[in-house]
Amino acid sequence: MIRAQPEDFDTAAEIARLNASTDIGAVATFTGHVRADDGLIALTLEHYPAMTEREIARHVAEAETRWPLHGVTIIHRVGRLVPGDRIVFVGVASSHRHAAFEACEFLMDYLKIHAPFWKQEERASGTRWVEAKSADDEAARRW
Amino acid sequence: MNLLYFAWVRQKIGRAEEKFDLPDDIATIRELAEYLRERGGGYGEAFAELTRLRVAVNQEHVSFDAPVTPDDEVAFFPPVTGG
Repeated sequence: MIRAQPEDFDTAAEIARLNASTDIGAVATFTGHVRADDGLIALTLEHYPAMTEREIARHVAEAETRWPLHGVTIIHRVGRLVPGDRIVFVGVASSHRHAAFEACEFLMDYLKIHAPFWKQEERASGTRWVEAKSADDEAARRW
Repeated sequence: MNLLYFAWVRQKIGRAEEKFDLPDDIATIRELAEYLRERGGGYGEAFAELTRLRVAVNQEHVSFDAPVTPDDEVAFFPPVTGG
């Protein structure tokens, strides 16, 4: 399941939904939060809705060819978020832990460099668009 | 065709999307971007350095050398920063 939404999500409910059958021995999840870096007041996330779902679905399909997965949930929030808010959730269900951990990390690394989201930071001094980091490209290249 | 702009590209141009009649002599995304740059103003600023931009055709990432046709949806944006 892939969702881009302004609303918050309930990580316990998402984990319960992923743990849908008794073949599942492992559910690995990643939850990203907005950090209060350098006096950050808020982050505003913009995205390209028609492309977001398609691009993430492509990466989920790729993950499914690499690992035996029973379920994947990716939720990315959009709109204005403040420090401490949940921003992204990646959850992966598999029979075994290695597949679940690896697929979760793979999906998060790919989402960072391919999914069409943009963050604008808001501080007392004004707003600025976050620049992409080459470290994120490096992280995705190892897969 | 539809042109879409996101993040600071959208802000410089002053709109999120527009209809565009693709001139016959434009065959690639790079030529399209150069044509839009020639409009000057916010377009001139947004397309000043193509290395700062990324592009998608019909919701898929492509390079500036990709072909473009009159029915495509073309989106210009900075490198993505989600997650």
